[in-house]
Amino acid sequence: MTAFLALIRKDLRLYFSNKRALIITLAAPIAIAAFFGSLFGSSDKKPSRVPIAVVDQDMSTISKQIIKDLGDDPALGVQALALEDAIDQVRKGKLRAAVVVPPNFGDQAGRAMFRPGAKPEIVLHVDPSQSMVTPMVRGMLTQHVMKAVSQSAFGGDGGTMTKFRQEIATSKEIAEDERKDLVAMFDSVERVQKRPAATESGSTSKSGGGLDVPFTTRASEVTSGRDKRYNPYAHSFAGMSVQFLMFMGIDIGIALLLARRMGLWKRLRAAPLSRALLLGSTVASTALIAIFLMFAIFAAGMLFFGVRIEGSVAGFVGVVIAFAFLTASVGLLLAALGNNPEATRGLAIFITLLLVMLGGAWVPSFVFPEWLQSVSLWVPTRWAIDGLAAMTWRGLGFEAALAPIGVMLGFSAVLFVIAIWRFRWEE
Amino acid sequence: MLQVTNLGKSYGPRVVVDGVSFAALPGQIVGLLGPNGAGKTTTVSMICGLTSADTGEVTLAGQKIGSDTSPAKQKIGLVPQDLALFEDLPAMANLETFGALYGLHGALLRERARAALELVGLADRARDRPATFSGGMKRRLNIACALVHDPDILLLDEPTVGIDPQSRNAIFDNLETLKARGKAMVYTTHYMEEAERLCDRVVIMDHGKVIANDTLAGLYKQLPVADSLIIDVDGTIDVAALAREPGVRTAVHVDGRLTVGVTSLADSSSTVLAWLAAHHHRVTHISSGRAGLETLFLALTGRQLRDQ
Repeated sequence: MTAFLALIRKDLRLYFSNKRALIITLAAPIAIAAFFGSLFGSSDKKPSRVPIAVVDQDMSTISKQIIKDLGDDPALGVQALALEDAIDQVRKGKLRAAVVVPPNFGDQAGRAMFRPGAKPEIVLHVDPSQSMVTPMVRGMLTQHVMKAVSQSAFGGDGGTMTKFRQEIATSKEIAEDERKDLVAMFDSVERVQKRPAATESGSTSKSGGGLDVPFTTRASEVTSGRDKRYNPYAHSFAGMSVQFLMFMGIDIGIALLLARRMGLWKRLRAAPLSRALLLGSTVASTALIAIFLMFAIFAAGMLFFGVRIEGSVAGFVGVVIAFAFLTASVGLLLAALGNNPEATRGLAIFITLLLVMLGGAWVPSFVFPEWLQSVSLWVPTRWAIDGLAAMTWRGLGFEAALAPIGVMLGFSAVLFVIAIWRFRWEE
Repeated sequence: MLQVTNLGKSYGPRVVVDGVSFAALPGQIVGLLGPNGAGKTTTVSMICGLTSADTGEVTLAGQKIGSDTSPAKQKIGLVPQDLALFEDLPAMANLETFGALYGLHGALLRERARAALELVGLADRARDRPATFSGGMKRRLNIACALVHDPDILLLDEPTVGIDPQSRNAIFDNLETLKARGKAMVYTTHYMEEAERLCDRVVIMDHGKVIANDTLAGLYKQLPVADSLIIDVDGTIDVAALAREPGVRTAVHVDGRLTVGVTSLADSSSTVLAWLAAHHHRVTHISSGRAGLETLFLALTGRQLRDQ
């Protein structure tokens, strides 16, 4: 036990004696996690407006109303431009899209509501690199166009509706039954509009006479509790701590290779110590360092970025410990398989970046394609990040930590066995 | 007592150590002398259990060194050829770490660590990191780390590589102190001067085999010559013809330097120089010396120690 503790103490002293490396190991994940957290944004912040251009080639009452409504939409930043300027701005990436309302749109759109045939076309010039924006702008445009056109058809001064009623009543293109129904609809709308505008309570109707989307939506974040808001820093701190702890594991593996090169391994092996004790002490010290670093990084997240363990504290500790052993096993495997420190470091960093990327450290794994999500289940870092997410912002209980803990300990055991098997004992 | 019996090691078809046997008694320094690649380091590795032997065995006071945890390893201190130190831990912490590997702890560990530092003259640098030490100081600390658990046998694998003469002499003094305390030492080197100064007994190795094993006095008796002439000379020398001259025992010509072993400098120097002149070789420098282990190695192998 004296030797085991001495070896652990030695590793801890060596690691913590390098203050510069320690500060970087702590500061880098915190800084990058803060950056990613702010990038993904908090839901209580005002979202940035999507900049678009509108080109009004119609200049009708309807087109002006559409452009006004788009301009009033808090999600959009609207500029009225000429067609060439609008397309130029989109091409340069300064605007996300340009909406072109063609000539006679108002007139044709009103008729197209009731009569078959060609419909007027609004062209949406979009920036192909902003694929997420297109459906959003299309949806908002549909809402505002529908409202403006229907308002004109059924409301306003009644002139437009009278004109449409006249055209439908005399149309030969519409079947007799359908024509009668449409005329009756116009008549009933006219009767409603002739009633006093004031309501029983005395307030003025705000409908404006047009059709509107018959519902509103409210996004409710499913987090750890009713009044708990999602904190994007919780994910970024999980991701970055996993990434930098994996790097720390690499360093430990490289240190073992360097120890062999420097003859230190000879001196250790010359002592009457078992192989299990020698490698076990390395695993134990690496795990202890990893646990310390993980807690320190999350402590910073809690102090400065509002990250909270909303779920099981025991589960969080369990996930951290399991991941610490995983890190240690990865380091040991590197020492077992690596030939020299230089070549091993380069390859290990590449593999680690791949692991943390697939594990969802940079962006959450749910944005991956389905096949990649399935593949990433075989990546141990995915379980670490999911486990930390479950115990922090998702606020799940200890039972949700069991699978990540089990999978990570399983991976650790397999990697440890391979490391022992492949470790080069002979000098 | 350390007893090495018939040790052998091969890597595939390459035989690295072939039937090596020798012993080291308390208070005795045994030199393992040989050129690079002779098998000295592999032999030391097998003695302290770092490398498994294909044949033979190592016993220490009758105890065989077998498994990793063999109690006999407790009696061995290894000074690797490399500077096996934790450069970022203070000297004292290095000693305490290595001492703890042998079960030492508490006051005894600290006392032994201090004693080891005092022996190598580094007591005043106990709190300093080896990273701030000179090469010679690191070498001394390297030795101290092997002494902290007070082993009976010290295995020193070329412990003076790359250091200045002053530091080398300091290490020799340390080793002589240890010898006086009754420690047995196995000292590998390819410097014959070191072996001649330090060792009571010298085991000369070449190509994995022991080619001579005797006390210094015994080895000197085997010398075919008493003195040698070292001559820098032009042209290709017919060394076989030169060796047939009266009073000449050996002749080796490597890289323009001719080494001639003679029975007597007074009688044979003129013979050798006359022979060179007769064969139109221009002599640019000449020196002489007493025959030693270098000459013996030359006589046994036909090669020089340091030209491998």
